[in-house]
Amino acid sequence: MSEVLLAAEGMTRRFGGLLANRDVNIQLERGVLHALLGPNGAGKSTCINMLSGDLPPSEGTIRYKGEDITALTSYQRSKIGIGRSYQRTNIFPKFTVLENCRLAAQSRKPRPWSLLTNALRMPEAVERARAAIAEAGLSGREDRVAGTMSHGEQRQLEIAMVLATDAEVLLLDEPLAGMGSEESAQMVTLLNRLKATRAILLVEHDMDAVFAVADRITVMVNGQVLESGSPEQIRNSPDVQAAYLGHEAEHE
Amino acid sequence: MNSRTSTIFKLAVMAGVLAFPAFGSDFYAEMVAKVLILAIFAMSLDLLVGFTGLVSFGHAAYFGIAAYAVALMTPKYDPANLWLALPASILAAAAAAFVIGLFVLRTKGIYFIMVTLAFAQMAYYVFHDTPLGGGSDGIYLNFKPDATIAGWVPFDLNEPHHLYYFVVAAMLAVYGLLKLVLRSPFGRVLVGIRSNEHRMLSLGYATFRYKLAAFTLAGGLAGFAGFLYAVLFGFVTPEYLSWHKSGDVLLMVILGGMGNLAGAIAGAAALVGLQEIFTGMTKHWQLLMGLTIVAAVLFMPGGMAATPARIMARINGGKTNE
Ligand SMILES: Nc1ncnc2c1ncn2[C@@H]1O[C@H](COP(=O)(O)OP(=O)(O)O)[C@@H](O)[C@H]1O
Ligand SMILES: [Mg+2]
Repeated sequence: MSEVLLAAEGMTRRFGGLLANRDVNIQLERGVLHALLGPNGAGKSTCINMLSGDLPPSEGTIRYKGEDITALTSYQRSKIGIGRSYQRTNIFPKFTVLENCRLAAQSRKPRPWSLLTNALRMPEAVERARAAIAEAGLSGREDRVAGTMSHGEQRQLEIAMVLATDAEVLLLDEPLAGMGSEESAQMVTLLNRLKATRAILLVEHDMDAVFAVADRITVMVNGQVLESGSPEQIRNSPDVQAAYLGHEAEHE
Repeated sequence: MNSRTSTIFKLAVMAGVLAFPAFGSDFYAEMVAKVLILAIFAMSLDLLVGFTGLVSFGHAAYFGIAAYAVALMTPKYDPANLWLALPASILAAAAAAFVIGLFVLRTKGIYFIMVTLAFAQMAYYVFHDTPLGGGSDGIYLNFKPDATIAGWVPFDLNEPHHLYYFVVAAMLAVYGLLKLVLRSPFGRVLVGIRSNEHRMLSLGYATFRYKLAAFTLAGGLAGFAGFLYAVLFGFVTPEYLSWHKSGDVLLMVILGGMGNLAGAIAGAAALVGLQEIFTGMTKHWQLLMGLTIVAAVLFMPGGMAATPARIMARINGGKTNE
């Protein structure tokens, strides 16, 4: 029996009259990569924002390891092991790559009172940061100023930062968008490896990537879950084909 | 400027400051002491403005509260005990900053500027309109605090040279403390908050608490400056808390170059120096001051701290070496 880490029940979010998420139920289990698909505006980012605590849900309950965490803020959720990346790159542009990740790693043992410590030499944080940089494929670019790197490299950094926090639940909002094909392939390999010990929610438009890594797929349309199941089930679902996959194919 | 030339330059300035009383007149020694005190004040504000990204426009409140604290703690015909009055004054300023911080740090940007100013104006009127600190006339500090410890007198603040070196030591201590703070994990978080507070939250930092700690520390250090200022000049008026003073210290930080402690010190020296020169030249010195500030902001982006590097870049033919 797999271990459910993060679960949303009846999660709803309104923006004025707009129902961006409507009665969404989703479960993230350790060892499972759960892909979230849907056309633009379907409500995928809103869903991640509620799971990460960036946005409070209008209704519904979010549980982490069985405990109700609906009222926890984003920093509290990060502390207990829920990490996320952003669809729109959200880094520290003036810091080096290493400092971006070191700061992310420092959050695990923040030690705000040890004024005599040189933060740049905290061995644990620096090691974890370097490991995350290597995993995200940015080795050799530790000293680059983040804001001066290419868009694709900044996307890699975006992932490296979540990895540096050592989160157990990874909420990844279109991590591959903007990456080169080589980096994408490397990231897919990485995701396959990471999921063994973590629960991952992956929002991604690249169907090949999704079917290469997903163990479970949820399709959202207009803020609602259309269907949720194994990749086979989703691939063969007439509803999904009509509402989404077919829709994509039309454009190709 | 590379770090070695910069260190040599700082040491040379420091040597000049240390040797000054031996050569300069008492008048100028008092002016240097004033610069050093305002440098503490400016560095404390730079922690907020330059490093944490919190533009406080009411920083004089904490300066003034500590100044009043030492004045009110000094009996009419006796000196106060330095070792009680100094920490008590700093604590009074830090406590005020903590309480005000609980409110103002819930706002951002222009609203933060406005509410810090509003709280400072409230503090100003408390001293201006109540008999507590002598009303609008202010209050004299007839005796400088006494440094005696159990019968032993390490120094005497009534001696101008002793007071001068006490101020120098205070400035160095604050500079060293802030250097440590900025190097520490806490300081790195503050700089992260300035760069991208949203991401700091999502990385698991309780940014509000960090900002409150920074605001309290900055208030306490501003209080240290206010305490020294009151002791140096022997009187305290509500003007110490006025928005002019808050504006002046913000100018020092901007002129010197935000996010640079040595810059804040240079900014304090520049503002006091310019004021001295311009008041000697004309009645309309405020006009000259205004023009100079506009010119400085236009032609010295990054402030005085960034200027040496820019000059070096010019000399090296457009190649920056920093
Ligand atoms: N902060 C917001 N305020 C108002 N409307 C929003 C906000 N965020 C998202 N929306 C709306 O909610 C809907 C879902 O958006 P989003 O979750 O970003 O979709 P997706 O990530 O699937 O493309 C869209 O119609 C979007 O315009
Ligand atoms: Mg989105």
